[in-house]
Amino acid sequence: MTDMVYGSNPVRVTEPVLPRWWRTIDKWTLTSVFVLFGIGLLLGLAASVPLATRNGLEPFYYVQRQAFFGLIALVVMIAISMMSPPMVRRLGVLGFAVAMVALMLLPFIGTDFGKGAVRWFSFGFASVQPSEFLKPGFVIVTAWLIAASQEINSPPGKSISFAIALIVVAFLAMQPDFGQAALIVFAWGVIYFVGGAPMTLIGVVGGLVTAFGFVFYESSEHFARRIDGFLSPDVDPRTQLGYAANAIQEGGFFGVGVGEGQVKWSLPDAHTDFIIAVAAEEYGLILVLIILALYGLIVVRSLMRLVKERDPFTRLAGAGLACIFGVQAMINMGVAVRLLPAKGMTLPFVSYGGSSVIAAGITMGMLLALSRARPRGEISDIFKRGR
Amino acid sequence: MRTPLRPLARILHARQQGENPDTIERENLRLRHEAMRDKSRARAEFRLLVLGLAFFAAFTTIGARMGLLAATEPVEPRASAPGAEIIAQRADIVDRNGRILATNITTHALYANPKVMVDPKGVAQKLAEIFPDMKAKDLERRFTDGRSFLWVRKVLSPEQMQRVHEIGDPGLLFGPREMRLYPNGTLAAHVLGGTSFGAEGVHSAEVIGTAGIEKALDARLRDPAQGDKPLTLSLDLSVQATIEEVLYAGMTMLNAKGAAAILMDVRTGEIVALTSLPTFDPNDRPNPLVDKNAEPGDSPLFNRAVQGVYELGSTFKIFAVAQALELGLVAPETLVDANAPMQWGKHRIKEFEGKNYGPLLSVTDVIAKSSNVGTAHIALMIGPLRQQAFLKSLGFFEATPVELIEAPGARPLIPRKWPEIVTITTSYGHGMSASPLHLAAAYAAIGNGGVMVKPTLLKREGPTTGVRVMSEKTAHEAVIMLRRVVTEGTASLGEVPGYEVAGKTGTADKPMRTGGYYKDKVVNTFASVFPASNPQYVLIVTLDEPIDTSGSEPRRTAGWTAVPVAAEIIRRVAPIMGLRPKLEPVATDAVTAASN
Repeated sequence: MTDMVYGSNPVRVTEPVLPRWWRTIDKWTLTSVFVLFGIGLLLGLAASVPLATRNGLEPFYYVQRQAFFGLIALVVMIAISMMSPPMVRRLGVLGFAVAMVALMLLPFIGTDFGKGAVRWFSFGFASVQPSEFLKPGFVIVTAWLIAASQEINSPPGKSISFAIALIVVAFLAMQPDFGQAALIVFAWGVIYFVGGAPMTLIGVVGGLVTAFGFVFYESSEHFARRIDGFLSPDVDPRTQLGYAANAIQEGGFFGVGVGEGQVKWSLPDAHTDFIIAVAAEEYGLILVLIILALYGLIVVRSLMRLVKERDPFTRLAGAGLACIFGVQAMINMGVAVRLLPAKGMTLPFVSYGGSSVIAAGITMGMLLALSRARPRGEISDIFKRGR
Repeated sequence: MRTPLRPLARILHARQQGENPDTIERENLRLRHEAMRDKSRARAEFRLLVLGLAFFAAFTTIGARMGLLAATEPVEPRASAPGAEIIAQRADIVDRNGRILATNITTHALYANPKVMVDPKGVAQKLAEIFPDMKAKDLERRFTDGRSFLWVRKVLSPEQMQRVHEIGDPGLLFGPREMRLYPNGTLAAHVLGGTSFGAEGVHSAEVIGTAGIEKALDARLRDPAQGDKPLTLSLDLSVQATIEEVLYAGMTMLNAKGAAAILMDVRTGEIVALTSLPTFDPNDRPNPLVDKNAEPGDSPLFNRAVQGVYELGSTFKIFAVAQALELGLVAPETLVDANAPMQWGKHRIKEFEGKNYGPLLSVTDVIAKSSNVGTAHIALMIGPLRQQAFLKSLGFFEATPVELIEAPGARPLIPRKWPEIVTITTSYGHGMSASPLHLAAAYAAIGNGGVMVKPTLLKREGPTTGVRVMSEKTAHEAVIMLRRVVTEGTASLGEVPGYEVAGKTGTADKPMRTGGYYKDKVVNTFASVFPASNPQYVLIVTLDEPIDTSGSEPRRTAGWTAVPVAAEIIRRVAPIMGLRPKLEPVATDAVTAASN
């Protein structure tokens, strides 16, 4: 009766948020991220102790910090993964704007922590590396622009996004941070590639990147030394690469045992850039392969899910995010096995670093949001096939 | 065939029907857009697959590579042959005759694995007995706080190692260590510098140079390809030892704060001996001074001969005279104005102790008597520009190129502006500071007939061809004047029978840190070449704040301090280096008489 007078309670046409999230999220990827983060903490227990000792802190100081930042990162990731693609786009564009301003301010108020490159803002208890946060934002902006450019009578999104890429690269090269710059160029290239780049242009861009690399090699001491270290056929056992290679060999298939590894005492970057060497030494090839498989799973699975995606923006942004995530991991591990020249690149979720882990959380959150299962109108394909 | 966006026939028809023709355009646009999206989606699908495959391939490659690496044995054998991997990594250093200056010995480091330790408390106590500087409590805490690895001691003596063995705990382990050993102790300490451990592992530790030639030539010494080839220095161990002994005695006798000596071959630039006092033992390098206000010279690590940049005083006078001779402005017997004191603007140039050698003095006597005023007048003839150019050609404007890590940091202090008053003061060695090694190189040029040599600590095969800075005639005349300084001038105590010492004294007031000069603190220098008739070696002796108290009043001039020390050095080392004394004809007669 009440219903007849006052009308019925409004029926929820959508599912509740959490069940829908759980139903549509890519659970494999989500699980992989959690496992990777767990492995990162486990390795941090071994790898960051020497650093803490050197800095006169309690042994697990850095593990605690990493756990703290990691939890923030995971919360951020899950929160972002609940967003719809348009929300992700807004967040990404805003984030990019903020990160870009921060990047531009670096030369004035940044700090180099005595490492020869001004990459950080120091806030005392923590420091922030804007370039880490710039990457997901840049991917979103580029994907948005390129997707938009595919409409009829659309703005020249490709040129605009390329101009943005060049500006970002210029600022990164100024620091200098050629690794991140290369990553930005790579992200733009991937999005453009998926967004329908002509094959000839892909070739030209590839050539340009090589040429720029050559110029930097000639002009930058910092850069040339690292490349030389890679090109020299026999690795000097006293370099970071030498220690890393030795650690992998020492580790063998099952590792030398938890806490028994030596490489962490010799490598200054054992907790960040060379954490895979610590993993290989203490836990052996097994754990390394597991880590590799997890990264491979995340990247390949996300890409395969995006194959079915019909919205150009979602497709491009997802592909870009998956690729920068995957390529970071690839470069990091490629360096350790000397397939690639030494380049400071963190292993997402595993390496120590607040900025790195939170930025990885944002990247993965966006990727998860974009790769969620949603109605895609595949039925129209079936109709069209008849035509 | 693409449908036109506004097909005329349909538009016209629609208009006739009274419909809005724009809907047709919009519909066509939509269809075209859809077709485009489908096409781009098909392409993207393919490209995403390519990307996925690429990543898969890349990760597989890395995995395979990891597998390969993990399957190979580490380059350094782990336990099979301990010590095998650390054979003679760092090259030995030997003197010019092949005698060892620095070599390696194998020793052991002690580390602990508390996880397998049977009795941490007992072990800690016993270790504290063996190493009195360690506390049993500390050790016990570190053994029991759950870690599985810790260094106990970096280097063990064989006796200590035996006693640790006797504890017999499985948690105490030894790692072989190659250790740098300087068998001669403090000898040539400043040349050798020292080493320390770099990266350390259980199985070996790298030895890296921390100072001196060990650091300057670290790459060469560590080069595995040249590990078995010793680095041959130009030093002569016997000469070095003699000089250090004599210099130490001289320094103690004259109550000097420090001293330095350099003996160099005038033709090759090889440094036969280089010493700085006080010295240290490179086997047990003292820590550098931490106090920022402390004078660097207070540390025994300070190499006065190379790093000590002093005003070298009257030893500079010979350069002004040599240049004037070279330019033809004066001849050795030319008389120059030496009327003291000389007034120049508001400055007053005085002689030592207010003497007056004037009114006129021959150029030779200007040097022999060390006349400031005479030199000043000669310098004024030369002029600031030519003076600067000449001193530059003698190497006084650059750090010395010697193979010591400290050398590049010891740049001479040169006046920023060069008005004529600076020309005057520089001519007698004030206002400009250089190291004793600079002086040695410049005196070598005078000694060898006018050619600059590059001072080196490495053995050379033959004379080097450097830049000619003065004619042979000028150099010869300069040496004759220097000889006069010893025979009848300020360095009369420098005469060594048979070795014709020629040289120039220099006494310079020490500059105060706050500016100005100390009244009673001097740096005394004697720069000499010998034998005068055919100079072979240059010897520089510098004493820091010496006082000769043998007379009725304290004497601080170089003639009483540095000169006798240098003479004693020459008297003792010249025979060692194979220089024949030029005996007086009488002596020959005596020999003949005796044989008869």
